Amino acid sequence: MSEQATRADVCAAAIADAFRDDGELFASPMGLLPMLGVRLAKLTSNPDLVISDGESLFLAGVPPLFAKGVVVEGWIPFRKVFDVVAHGRRHVMMGATQVDRHGNQNISAIGDFDRPRRQLLGSRGAPGNTVNNRTSYWVPKHSPRVFVEQVDVVSGVGPARAREAGPAAARFNDIHRVVSNLAVLDVRGEGDTLRVLSLHPGVGADEVREATGFDLDVPADVVTTREPTLEELVIIREVLDPKGLRFKEVPA
Amino acid sequence: MSATPRDKRMTVDEVVAQLRDGMTIGIGGWGPRRKPMALVRAILRSDLTDLTIVSWGGADVGLLVRAGKVRRLVYAFVSLDSVPLEPNFQRARQAGTIPEVVELDEGMFQTGLRAAAQRLPFLPMRAGLGSDVLVHNPDIATVTSPYADPETGVQEELVAVPALRLDVALVHLNRADRHGNATYLGPDPYFDDLFAMAADRTYLSVEQVVDTAGLTVDTPVQRLLLSRMLVTGVVETPNGAHFTTCTPDYERDEPFQKAYAAAAAASDEDWAAFEERFLSGDEAAYQRAVRAFHEEQA
Repeated sequence: MSEQATRADVCAAAIADAFRDDGELFASPMGLLPMLGVRLAKLTSNPDLVISDGESLFLAGVPPLFAKGVVVEGWIPFRKVFDVVAHGRRHVMMGATQVDRHGNQNISAIGDFDRPRRQLLGSRGAPGNTVNNRTSYWVPKHSPRVFVEQVDVVSGVGPARAREAGPAAARFNDIHRVVSNLAVLDVRGEGDTLRVLSLHPGVGADEVREATGFDLDVPADVVTTREPTLEELVIIREVLDPKGLRFKEVPA
Repeated sequence: MSATPRDKRMTVDEVVAQLRDGMTIGIGGWGPRRKPMALVRAILRSDLTDLTIVSWGGADVGLLVRAGKVRRLVYAFVSLDSVPLEPNFQRARQAGTIPEVVELDEGMFQTGLRAAAQRLPFLPMRAGLGSDVLVHNPDIATVTSPYADPETGVQEELVAVPALRLDVALVHLNRADRHGNATYLGPDPYFDDLFAMAADRTYLSVEQVVDTAGLTVDTPVQRLLLSRMLVTGVVETPNGAHFTTCTPDYERDEPFQKAYAAAAAASDEDWAAFEERFLSGDEAAYQRAVRAFHEEQA
């Protein structure tokens, strides 16, 4: 096996790191790479994570992506998910069609909401997630179309908007990480804006700035996202994703 | 004199005959899962119009908006899962043909149903604060907690999620008796009991009508989701959730869903051909056409 990590492997490890300090809570990944990263975290840095099959079962084991027939440790039908959201013991990693400078996220519609240029899913659980439990975003294609100055519709609420909406909104607002195919970011930049925490190996600061539709804070001493360990590479390649499904989201 | 409760069995068309223009109709299931599609198809065949539809949206929403049945749509998402965006819904939104949309957060949607089920005008929650859900639904108010937080002294301002009162709920489960007691056999009840409690009347379609004793002969009693006191009518419609899931009776019909989505995203002529082939006759004709579709695919 080559010890050289692919970009997808790096992303999986970066996502895993977003969940490493969560302790015992419901890790709720939306999409393939987040699911891979969460399971990687559970097998390495945070075995206390509670994971589900993405539908209605809490899984005791850590099965490969889309595998069935493992030991079940609980029941989490859709109705109970909202109880956990309100309770707060949950960290969701969602997709984002748009994310703006202030960490607001849009999965509702592109263009004017009343007559969208492109209708998306709808706001889904984003408004509730972002004012109740820890929320991260996964962006498989970092581009100026995704990272925009201002999102067209605010589905997920960033820290500044939460503060403006009052203590009830800001109290549990916790936008933790934005992981893209180029970098790891958070929202602790000046005035609670997006800033780069690390650039993936082989990615330059200019590349990320050009792929971002607003002036992005990349600190001069920005570090490189860590490479997955050999143990992590073995787990990703031989246990969790032997078929290489991750390369559909982030090509090698 | 009968010593048993009423027999509520009826046909899909008898259900639809009891619906009226302008009604608010809640549709159970979730996205592309366990949707009362036979009832939805019966609405498509009817003259009903001007409806308010409240749904965790899947093809039920897509079909009804494409057919111009919907004046007001209340949803948190509309998706077919393996086809992420519902093409008929997307098209209708982009063409502006749904006169009124109420896009909510998913938790708000559940809370609105809960408020209706509890006969309350609203229930408070955090979801919606700071988001454009409140901007695009200016009629949704906030409410100040009468209680100060013991630590901060703050009286929080929360969203007052208005009750989602339904005239009628339509749901599909696996089994029921003729009186309206019903079980789900799949992994998730979704919110069907909540829809029923939020509605004045609930019409239930099922894969199979069995004797009351049969409901629990091989099934834990906890799977009895609906009590007959919540149910107005029971329809036996085998494969009636098609092409959505009705686990364990059947899973989603992915090839058919793909054909549906392709036709919906294509030209008006392609959609007309799909409608003509699958939706122009009654439910039995639909099921025959689906069988023929699969024979062709084989």
